[in-house]
Amino acid sequence: MAVRERVGVFVCHCGRNIAATVDVKKVVEEISKHPYVVHAEDYKYMCSDPGQKLIYDAIKSKKLTAVVVAACSPTMHEETFRKVCEEAGLNRYKCEIANIREQCSWVHTDIEKATEKAIRIIRGAIEKVVKNRPLHKIELDIVRKCLVIGGGIAGIQAALDIANAGIPVILVEKSPTIGGHMAQLSETFPTLDCSQCILTPKMVEVARHPLIKLYTCSEVIEVSGYVGNFRVKILKRPRYVDEYKCTMCGDCADVCPVLVLNEFDRGLSLRKAIYIPFPQAVPAAYVIDPESCLGFNPIKCGKCKDVCEQEAIDFDMKEEIIEEEVGAIIVATGYGLYPKEKIGEYGYGRYEDVIDSLEFERLLSSTGPTGGEIRRPSDGKIPKRIAFIQCVGSRDENHLPYCSKICCMYTAKHAMLYKHRVPDGEAYVFYIDIRAAGKGYEEFIKRVQEEYGITYIRGRVSKIYEENGKLIVHGVDTLTGVPVKLEVDMVVLAMGMIPTGSIELAKKLKIPIDQYGFLQEVHPKLRPVESVSDGIYICGCAQGPKDISETVTQASAAASKAISLLTRPKLYREPLVAEVNEEICSGCGVCASICPYSAIEIVEGVARVNEILCAGCGTCSAACPSGAMQLRNIEDKTVLRMIKSMLG
Amino acid sequence: MAKRFEPKIVAFLCKWCASAGADLAGVSRLEYPPNIIPITVPCSGRIDPQFILQAFKEGADGVLVGGCHTPGDCHYINGNFKCFKRVTLLKKMLRQFGIDERRLRLEWISATEGKKFARVVKEFVEELRKLGPIKVT
Amino acid sequence: MKKLKLAIIPTGSCSGCDTSLVDAGETFVKALEYLDIVYWPIAMDLKVDSLLKAESIDILIVHGSIRTEEHEHLVKEAAKKAKYIVAYGSCTCFGGIPGLANLFFRDELLKKVYIETFSTVNPEEKIPGVTCEDERLKIPKLREWIHPLDEIVDVDLYVPGCPPPGEIVEKFLETIIAHAERGEPLPEKGTVLAGLKTVCDECPREKPDKIVVKKFVRISEAKEIDEKKCLLAQGIICMGPATRSGCDARCLKVNMPCRGCMGPSPEVVDMGAKLISMISSIVYADKEREVGEERLKKVVEEIVDPAGYFYRFTLPGSILGRTRRRRDKE
Repeated sequence: MAVRERVGVFVCHCGRNIAATVDVKKVVEEISKHPYVVHAEDYKYMCSDPGQKLIYDAIKSKKLTAVVVAACSPTMHEETFRKVCEEAGLNRYKCEIANIREQCSWVHTDIEKATEKAIRIIRGAIEKVVKNRPLHKIELDIVRKCLVIGGGIAGIQAALDIANAGIPVILVEKSPTIGGHMAQLSETFPTLDCSQCILTPKMVEVARHPLIKLYTCSEVIEVSGYVGNFRVKILKRPRYVDEYKCTMCGDCADVCPVLVLNEFDRGLSLRKAIYIPFPQAVPAAYVIDPESCLGFNPIKCGKCKDVCEQEAIDFDMKEEIIEEEVGAIIVATGYGLYPKEKIGEYGYGRYEDVIDSLEFERLLSSTGPTGGEIRRPSDGKIPKRIAFIQCVGSRDENHLPYCSKICCMYTAKHAMLYKHRVPDGEAYVFYIDIRAAGKGYEEFIKRVQEEYGITYIRGRVSKIYEENGKLIVHGVDTLTGVPVKLEVDMVVLAMGMIPTGSIELAKKLKIPIDQYGFLQEVHPKLRPVESVSDGIYICGCAQGPKDISETVTQASAAASKAISLLTRPKLYREPLVAEVNEEICSGCGVCASICPYSAIEIVEGVARVNEILCAGCGTCSAACPSGAMQLRNIEDKTVLRMIKSMLG
Repeated sequence: MAKRFEPKIVAFLCKWCASAGADLAGVSRLEYPPNIIPITVPCSGRIDPQFILQAFKEGADGVLVGGCHTPGDCHYINGNFKCFKRVTLLKKMLRQFGIDERRLRLEWISATEGKKFARVVKEFVEELRKLGPIKVT
Repeated sequence: MKKLKLAIIPTGSCSGCDTSLVDAGETFVKALEYLDIVYWPIAMDLKVDSLLKAESIDILIVHGSIRTEEHEHLVKEAAKKAKYIVAYGSCTCFGGIPGLANLFFRDELLKKVYIETFSTVNPEEKIPGVTCEDERLKIPKLREWIHPLDEIVDVDLYVPGCPPPGEIVEKFLETIIAHAERGEPLPEKGTVLAGLKTVCDECPREKPDKIVVKKFVRISEAKEIDEKKCLLAQGIICMGPATRSGCDARCLKVNMPCRGCMGPSPEVVDMGAKLISMISSIVYADKEREVGEERLKKVVEEIVDPAGYFYRFTLPGSILGRTRRRRDKE
């Protein structure tokens, strides 16, 4: 017979968080009567040093063989308590957490019932811990390479940090160039640095870095494997121009007969079917847009191919699927703007001179469609009166309930830059609240309001319409209660931010997203760049709205997480995987048929589990008709015992 | 006044979504009835129908099974679908046992749906009050 | 030589189990040399008194389901003086086919049989036995539930099967002979005279790499059966993967799916629940996302009578098979 288990139960007060609703003294008294329990005590903060010492000492003095800590959710302190147990000589799996805070004390008010429930939860944990087998972690090799998805400022920063630490990086970008939205911006708040001037050196560094392999026009289509050993499939779309041969002479674009709207300028200018998104694009090579190019029919066109002295153009390029192995993944897929079409009352699409914030950035940019002069799209005139509307889509129950965080600041910047360009112009800003929390931000806003004489009106705009060639902006000044009717030449909408591409990608990566589609971090404060999947990190606006400095900070944080993972000599995995009782298993094949990781095969009539591939979901164990397949430490019979003791 | 019937509920919650959602309900201090006893498992695909029957046998008036939203939320790719199929067939069988299928409730609750978790528990308790105790006393 | 005193009590039984013993032929005849039969109503003209008045019983074999109070009474009385008790056949081991009656309360059963069936004329709604006053003519009362034998008395050995297959009966009789002849100990308490593995282990049919089913068919409805291939993979519900081996997969060898008479594997508490899990798991396995919940629900719900199918022999021994529950209103 097995050794009689000696269980110690440690009940945490968590200050008053638990103790206010759960009668911890009664819990200790009741649980002391449990046949396995040889020691039970309560303490104000079990996770504190003295609390941990109580556990350590009790393991030693009472010769405990297993420990249950009744405290907060295991996601908080399971590791803390398991470490204490290990230090005291117990196996880490002989420690279980009974969650009596998040799933008990915090959600109930009836002390008697909450106490009874806490006792039941603890009884379940006791049944489990006595049945737990001591296990050791599974050792794994690591592929010392990192995948970064998204080539905006977040992806660029992360890729550079990792590559500079000596770890190879694969950077995948969907569009023909890296740079992202930051490349489109004119000057950045609050210091008014030229956005491209600070970004392009980083882009060039990426291009030249010997440890960074860049795939543009590419997307991650499949991810399998696990931390340290991901296998990734990348779909690389043809650029139709050999990026190594192209010299950027531009002869091709000169002869191209096709004109289409330039998406980099958000449709405010035209480009050819063979083009570079912007002069400093990386990789520095032209690209053919197959949607509009006529050259795929050699009878129709082929002018560019004829003039290209480098013979860089190849209409026969095909899609490629590239397979890579990496040890870690950073997701930095960025943001898009909330579709303006959804806010019909502002007339976007009907009135050419109602534009969004990124369009205005292009107007301000010296490389933009107007060379940096502010001219309105409809007739090219310089707008003398201009209205900026904040929170378009954001902080609106009908659209995006959240704050997009950067609009207050860039709108102030827009207004200031407008006054730089059009000193005799009048600018109005409609706002709900001004949120300017950041270094130098509040001062910036004050300067705009006071030195530049911009009129800030607190209130939402109800509608915009056109009258006699002017745009009429209707709103209410909520500070005075007076309706406002403004006649302006141009309106700039500060559109809310939404995640792009993260929803589909999150499915492939098997990481969660929040209700808006932003990637979900493990903990908003303490683990802000980690996804729930080990080895997958998140940063930039894919995680939530944020400005450039915050994005760069987060990207570096994600990079440092990846570096600290990829520089470990070995990885250790949870040994809580499926295990076969070969005496019983008869190789019916049900488990192998349903394993989502193809981790099981039938060898000579018996199932065999690949411990490295097995992720420990246990669906095989639930399906196994003979009970031969069991998930370690969560065996059928253990759970059945838990149910019995928790309900009894 | 007659004492109100307090149903007993066992909840099998997957670690990544439903149990995390229950944790969020806690962090958000959303109150719900204490009738529910949670058991966290790695995945809703781990939930063996034996567990559910055992809970009924031990006196649970209802069993809540919580997993990640279909189709794509399951941390283990498709454990939620395995759970869905098993619960569906089990409900059909429970009807033959004379157990109202409403006593077995399957809900997809994401890690961000603390509110939904609290609401589901409240609703379930109300429903079971109407159905009454599972055992003859 | 001292003969072993043997009593065989048939309870709610089809007598298939008696036949299986006789079917053992020469081994059975050899075994008889060592046995002194105290009670075996189907074979010997011995009345109940010879059982109740016997001084001791060396080996008590019980087969059939413990359905009536008389069954319970006889078994309990005999067990008091029995040295070794054998649950013989699936009815005593797990409840057997009659055990499916546990899906209903006793009163529901009686009402159905004596009052409600289509061919019954019983205007006074008389249910026999229970109301009869005359002690002599008393018909034993039905028990509320059928229980496996080990919930009535302590069982030493389980011999499963419906009826137990020849190889196992043979082995059982050899064990008795060895005990009587050479004093070898009888199998220790709790032994199940069957394989540890499942029927798949003995089944000669070929298995595909993946078992994925898009629609289940009953064997009688199957248009075509590949005689070499795993039946489950062909959409025919086969309980072989969940059923203890020892029968040499004889049903599978004649193109019939396993019905599970040998009972659950030692690691399984509730065979029906496991089968529910297994069968539903393989429906569009790994294609669930593409197919969607509606379709999955439809395929799974097309399975007729899951309780009857998956608990065919094991309901009373299952988790809910003997729990006194309230019947929820339809």
